[in-house]
Amino acid sequence: MCLAVPMLIKTIAPGDLATVEIGGVERQVSLLLTPEARVGQYVLVHTGYAINVLDADEAQETLKLLAEIGALEGDA
Amino acid sequence: MKYIDEFRDPALARQLVESIRRRADRPIRLMEFCGGHTHAIFRFGLRQLLAPHVILRSGPGCPVCVTAAADLDRAIALAQVPGAILATFGDMVRVPGSQGDLQTARAHGADVRIVYSALDALELARHAPERPVIFLGVGFETTAPTIAAALVQAESEALPNFYVFSIHKLTPPAIRAILNAGEVALEGVIGPGHVSTITGSDAWDFLPREYGIPCAVSGFEPLDILGAIEALVRCVTESRPTVVNAYARGVRPAGNRVAQELLARVFVPATAEWRGFGPIPESGLTLRPELAHRDAALRFPVAVAPAREPPGCRCGAVLRGVLEPPECPLFRRACTPRNPVGPCMVSAEGACAAYFQYAAVE
Repeated sequence: MCLAVPMLIKTIAPGDLATVEIGGVERQVSLLLTPEARVGQYVLVHTGYAINVLDADEAQETLKLLAEIGALEGDA
Repeated sequence: MKYIDEFRDPALARQLVESIRRRADRPIRLMEFCGGHTHAIFRFGLRQLLAPHVILRSGPGCPVCVTAAADLDRAIALAQVPGAILATFGDMVRVPGSQGDLQTARAHGADVRIVYSALDALELARHAPERPVIFLGVGFETTAPTIAAALVQAESEALPNFYVFSIHKLTPPAIRAILNAGEVALEGVIGPGHVSTITGSDAWDFLPREYGIPCAVSGFEPLDILGAIEALVRCVTESRPTVVNAYARGVRPAGNRVAQELLARVFVPATAEWRGFGPIPESGLTLRPELAHRDAALRFPVAVAPAREPPGCRCGAVLRGVLEPPECPLFRRACTPRNPVGPCMVSAEGACAAYFQYAAVE
């Protein structure tokens, strides 16, 4: 039930509605819970609401950390 | 960066599995709280890859599954209020109450509508102003803010016919209940990712502080889950319990403040009944007194007979992490996704459904 999907913000209409897209499918979601969201960012969408803006820097940082752990394994 | 494929790299996943297997020099028992994690773990075959070094137990993180039969009975009774429309997420319609489910109630004439969002339920209320629209408010901290938002919207539009039957639940009290009961020995918890998006990873600080066990908040892709397990195994083997935010792209330490403020504006914590646990204090959300006129439980008092669990169903023990689904005598025999006896087989994220779909027949 807590399923949330990363979707790209294409446009933001006046009010708090945005058009978001994943894999060519677009839908309308509310940005009421993420007033800081901007066009071009990815948001986590849950039951018609964006519940958070995804942080690209943190994502890269996580991948880097995991790659380091993996590389250690490669050397072991 | 599209936030999905990047976190599915098979070569890196294999290396992480090796790292976990090498580091865990004895079986380490962890619980994944969230039903979404249970399904991802099965889908990507992580249980088998990590056994016997890491033993994963499914937790109660499935809102549909932990809904008490008594609350379902009330929801079914509310669907039968004359003229009412009961709006619900689709997951709820096949969950058995004491006698039948919402789908059966609909077959008998109740107007039960499946909606994707609380916004859809508001739209129903706008289009049928003469009929009460009762939204079945189910879900954890992830979902409750969206229902709070709909209630605030209904207030601002002065929409008179929109009501919520709130059976929302909070996740930390359930983990406490499991640890306090001591029925299952856990060495760490995989924290729910999207709950923590709202609450923040700080919400799990009590696990190391009060129970001396680590918690790693995880996303739902294979690298997320393996990264969280790797962090937990490291914490356990180094005797260094702490909270690790392994889902930093979607979870901040303090969570989503806007959502938290909205929750506080609309709901207050209250005792809630959980299937398998019974009543847990301060583990549910009820509407604040100033929104009592939107509370379906108060506006439409319904009488229901004392609830009874489906005979033989062991969902309660499964939800507490005490029993694995194949240990239930009904599993795969009397209870299948097509003919489910208990909610853990009904819900797409229930542990029994996950075992049924993915685990080999033993």
